[in-house]
Amino acid sequence: MFTEIDTVTLDEPAAEPVAFQPRRELKRIKGRRVNGTNSRRDTKTEWLDHVMRIRDAQDQAAFAELFQHFAPRIKAFLMKSGSDATMAEECAQEVMATLWNKAHLFDPTRASVATWVFTIARNKRIDVLRKQRRPEPEELAWGPEAEPEQTDVIALQQETAQLRNALSALPEAQRELIEKAYFGDLSHREIATQTGLPLGTIKSRIRLALDRLRHAMN
Amino acid sequence: MNKSIKHHLTDDLLMAYSAGSLPEAFDLIVATHLSLCVHCRARVESFDAVGGHVLEEQTDSTAMSDVSLAATMALIAQGASAPEPARPKCSVLPTPLQDYVGGTVSDIRWKPIGMGVKQAILPTTKDATARLLFIPAGAAVPDHGHHGIELTMVLQGAFSDEVDCFARGDVEIADEDLEHTPVADISADCICLAVTDAPLKFTKLMPRLFQPFLRI
Repeated sequence: MFTEIDTVTLDEPAAEPVAFQPRRELKRIKGRRVNGTNSRRDTKTEWLDHVMRIRDAQDQAAFAELFQHFAPRIKAFLMKSGSDATMAEECAQEVMATLWNKAHLFDPTRASVATWVFTIARNKRIDVLRKQRRPEPEELAWGPEAEPEQTDVIALQQETAQLRNALSALPEAQRELIEKAYFGDLSHREIATQTGLPLGTIKSRIRLALDRLRHAMN
Repeated sequence: MNKSIKHHLTDDLLMAYSAGSLPEAFDLIVATHLSLCVHCRARVESFDAVGGHVLEEQTDSTAMSDVSLAATMALIAQGASAPEPARPKCSVLPTPLQDYVGGTVSDIRWKPIGMGVKQAILPTTKDATARLLFIPAGAAVPDHGHHGIELTMVLQGAFSDEVDCFARGDVEIADEDLEHTPVADISADCICLAVTDAPLKFTKLMPRLFQPFLRI
């Protein structure tokens, strides 16, 4: 059911800082994605499909591909957050195992797969590195609608792509500060005074999320 | 959900919550507010998306060991830990707070601190303090200023001070510049969650003497 949502083309993160690239045009014919000139660059939203395959069919091949993409990133993220290599490796494995176990809880109308993986990795960091509990907000009651609307899924994933592009376009110094904040290196006071919060870049993302969350209240 | 929340959390607090850099007591008040405030939840989920981008950009990644996928499959084979049992519904305490109280509002272990005011300190890491405050209808909390930042969220009833009136879900953010005397609304006893990253400073002598005993 999630096979036709690859409507957003995303740029593969560059190995080194490059100039901002404008968002690619949607390449879509009758609901089917058309391969772009560089197929590696069109893979990002497929992770949604991978997660659904894990959820619905315990698909180990899908998991292996997700693992190959995300596990090294989680490890690098945790090492930049102050973990040593051994612990980062262990934690990355546990984060990926959590992804498998909680695939049924993933809501593609509220997060991209990368965002979801980030929240699991962040909580693991708080738990293991800071030895601290992580209070999470009350789960929302979504009522009888079991499956999310495809249009909501697409809207959120497109919005995430735009957010990525907007963040990539920020000046290098500001991007570094935002990274530092997410590695856990800045206190909330430093965040207030130093990052120059990217509010413009997330404003429409917030509006979309709010619309979606209000559904939960009705 | 409460649609009438007027006083929200600031962007720097929400971003720090998303980034995971707040003391536990601050995480607790943010999670409690998010449980009632769809507006701030949308904001924090958007800050999470920024975190997702940061994660995605980690391309100078250190390779995982050769056996790591197999090790992860072995972890998965052990099965997931059992989900937490559902909490009984509580009209005062959202679930994050129930986890710290160990039950509902009737399970809070209050300690009187004078003038009918009671408090219960919650078990968090020491870099900040979280406590529940019970203020009888119409009563006042002693006039006090702050060394650091103090967040106060209303869970039941309402209070007013020099700044405004605060009702369920509202958060007052007080810093060094604010000296205030919160007074509970006359219509109901007021229960608040208060979080500080430094001890309060009371402007009158007596409360200051008591401060070490009260841990506030």
